[in-house]
Amino acid sequence: MDLLGWLFIGLGVAFFLSGTVALLRFPDLYTRLHALTKADNLGLGLVASGLALQAGSFAVALKLLLIWLLIMLASASVSHLIARAARAARAAGHGTESGT
Amino acid sequence: MGEPHLFAATVLLATVTVGLVRVLLGTGRVEGLLALQLLGTTAVAVVLLLAQGLELSGLRDLALVLGLLASTVAVAFVRYGGLDSWRDGPKQ
Repeated sequence: MDLLGWLFIGLGVAFFLSGTVALLRFPDLYTRLHALTKADNLGLGLVASGLALQAGSFAVALKLLLIWLLIMLASASVSHLIARAARAARAAGHGTESGT
Repeated sequence: MGEPHLFAATVLLATVTVGLVRVLLGTGRVEGLLALQLLGTTAVAVVLLLAQGLELSGLRDLALVLGLLASTVAVAFVRYGGLDSWRDGPKQ
């Protein structure tokens, strides 16, 4: 159980790493947004699952799950908002400063 | 328990620092907002790892607050003039 937890945490950290690399390397706002939200939430989910496996208490595991769900909900809504606002800004002729 | 959790938290902090360097280099406000979202999610993971590593269960509540704040900042940014044409509210 402990070992499996570490495996999950390690994988989660790797996903966070790839999320940051994507933020640095991807060409425009939309691809960055896509990479950021997916990679990060998966990373957080893996870290939270790993910690839940190690927690040894049902209440703590449930809390970790709820935290992950809240973050997923928030980040899904926020990424939608950002993308829509950026699109509206570009349609109105304002640059989003992230063209290319 | 203990040390490995703290190690993982340190790795995550190093990761997010790299992301923040991008904001400092200044490629645009939207990029800054994206980096902030990244910081928010990563901070939640870091605080959760610390809660387990240091055996301070109160830190899990802090993780909840951090997650909520990160999304609130993004909503405020989008709604109140972060992107110019959005300043007067949705167009529909």
